[in-house]
Amino acid sequence: MTMMKRLTAVVLGMCLMCGTSYAEMLQIKGSDTLINLVQRLSEVYMQQNPGKMIAVTGGGSGTGIAALINGKCDIANASRGMKSKEVADANNRGINPTRVVVAMDGLSVIVNGKSSVSQLTMDQLGKIFRGEVTNWSQVGGKDMPITLYGRQSNSGTFVFFMEQVLKGDYSPKMNRMNGNAQIVAAVKSDPSGIGYVGVGYVKEASGITVLKVARNANSAYASPLSSSDVKSGAYPIARPLNQYVNGTPSGAIRDFIAFELSPEGQKVVEEQGFFPLPVEYTEYNKKAGL
Amino acid sequence: MHKGKIQDKLIEWFFLLNGLVVVAALIGIFVLLLKSALPAFHDIKITEFLFSARWNPTSYYQETYGILAMVVSTFMVTLGALVIAVPLGIGTAAYLSDVASPRVREIAKPVVEILAGIPSVVIGFLGIVLVSPMIAKLTGKYNGLNAINGSILLAIMALPTIISLSEDALGSVPKSFRDASLALGANKWQTLILVRIPAASSGILAACMLGMGRAIGETMTVLMATGNAPAMPTAFTDSIRTMTATIAIELGEVAYNTTHYYALFAIGLVLFIITFIINMIADVVLENYKKKTSY
Repeated sequence: MTMMKRLTAVVLGMCLMCGTSYAEMLQIKGSDTLINLVQRLSEVYMQQNPGKMIAVTGGGSGTGIAALINGKCDIANASRGMKSKEVADANNRGINPTRVVVAMDGLSVIVNGKSSVSQLTMDQLGKIFRGEVTNWSQVGGKDMPITLYGRQSNSGTFVFFMEQVLKGDYSPKMNRMNGNAQIVAAVKSDPSGIGYVGVGYVKEASGITVLKVARNANSAYASPLSSSDVKSGAYPIARPLNQYVNGTPSGAIRDFIAFELSPEGQKVVEEQGFFPLPVEYTEYNKKAGL
Repeated sequence: MHKGKIQDKLIEWFFLLNGLVVVAALIGIFVLLLKSALPAFHDIKITEFLFSARWNPTSYYQETYGILAMVVSTFMVTLGALVIAVPLGIGTAAYLSDVASPRVREIAKPVVEILAGIPSVVIGFLGIVLVSPMIAKLTGKYNGLNAINGSILLAIMALPTIISLSEDALGSVPKSFRDASLALGANKWQTLILVRIPAASSGILAACMLGMGRAIGETMTVLMATGNAPAMPTAFTDSIRTMTATIAIELGEVAYNTTHYYALFAIGLVLFIITFIINMIADVVLENYKKKTSY
C-alpha cells in the first residue's frame, strides 16, 4: 500500500514536473509515518492555492534528512529528531536545519486481533523487542512464540522506538518490514505477531488490537487512541512529528508550513488519525520563527 | 575496390570499439567498487567482516559489521531456488524440445519468455499476499516471510533462463543421436533420458549456473518476501536477509564516506566476486560443451 503510494507520488511528481518549471515544485521527502498525512495536507493546500505544486515522497526519515543535507529536497519529514552527526554534516554543507513540529503521534504497539494480551508495560515491551522475552505466556498470553515486526534502519520510528523503549539493540530475529502498512498487514495475518506503527495507521485497521501501555508497573495503562492520554503525556511513547527545512523558511515553503500549522491544517492532522499540537510545541514553532 | 577496403576497416574498428566499451564498463565498475569498498577495512577487521554473523551498523551500543549471516542467507535462497527450478526447468525444456507438438511449442515458448519479463516487484508482491499465507498454513508456522518464500519466488524468476537455454542445448544435440538410439530399439523416453539429456548436459549445466546467477543477484523480490531479520538462519522456515536486500535497505540513508557506507560497498564487492565466479564457471562449462559437440 505505502509502496503504491510512494510510487504514485513519484509518478505524479514526474508528470507535474514536465508541465511546470522545476523551481515552482516544492519537494518534500522522508518519513513513512508522515507520508499519508503530508500528502493529504498538500492536496488540500493545492486545492486552495491553484498553481502551487508540491511533490511528497517517502523513503524513511533517514532518507529525507539525507536528501535535505544533500540539497535534494525543500522539506524533510522526520519522525525522529536529527542526530548531532547529521546536523554537523548539514552545517558542513552550508545547510542550517530548522525543526518545525507539525503533529503529535501516539506510537502504537499492535498485536493480532486474536491475541489475549491487551496491555503491556514499557519494561515488558523493551524485553520483548530486545529478544529477552520470547513467548507470549511470559507476559500473560497464550503459550505461543512471539514474532517481532519492526521497521528498517532508515526509519525514524525504528530509531525512536530503539532509543525510547528498548534502550538497547533490537533482537536480530525481528522482521524488518518496509513500512507502517506492511507491519499492520503482517500483524493482522500473524496470531503471534507484535509490531509498532504510527497511530495514523491503526485508526481504521481491523483485525488488530492496539495495546495499552503503562510507563511502569505502578502507573496506569494508557491508549494511543485517546487524544487526552496522548496530550497529557499519560501515554508513554507519544512523540512529535517533525519537518526540517534549511534556515528560517520563506516564500512557498513558509506558506505551506503556515498552512500545516493553521487550525485548518491541524484539522487535517486529526482526520488522518494523528493529534494536533499541544501548546508546548506551538510555542516551540513560534520561537523558530513560525 | 579501394573504397570497399576502407569500408571494411571502418566497420571492423566500429565493432572493436563496441566490444571495448563493454569491457571498459566492466573494469570501471570493478575499480569503482574496489575504491569504495577497500576503505571499509581501515575500521573493520577483514576476518570479522567475513566470519562474524553480527551485522548491526545502527546499534544502540557498538556498531558491528559481519556479513556471514547474510552470505548464508543468500546461498540458502539460491540453493532453495535451484532445488525447485532445476528439475522443473529441465523437465519443461525436455517437454518443449522432445514431446510437445509444434503448435504447443509455438505457444509455450513465448509464454515462458513473458515470465522473464515480469517485474521483480510484482513477484515480490505475490510473495507477500499469496505465497506467504500458503507457506504459513503448510508449515504450521504463524507467518510465511522466510527462506522458503524467497526460494519459490526466485525459482520462478530463474525458470525462464533455465528453460530457454536448456531447450537450446537439447535442440543442438545432433539428430543422428536420436536416430541411432531409436534404431537400437530404445523408446522415446529412454532416448531422452539416456542419450539426449546426457549429450546436452554441459549446456544444461551452464543454463542452471546462469539461472543461479540471476537468483543470487535478485534484490526487490527477496527484500519484500523474506522478512529481513538479520539473525543467522538455522532453518528454511526462518526469516532471512540477503546481501542484496541489506545494500538496498541501508544505502539510501547512509551518510557518505563513513565506515557504514564503505562496508555496504564491500558487500557489493563480495557479491560481484561471487557472481563473477559463477558466470566464469558457466562460461568454461559452455565452452567445453561446444568443443565436445562439434562433431
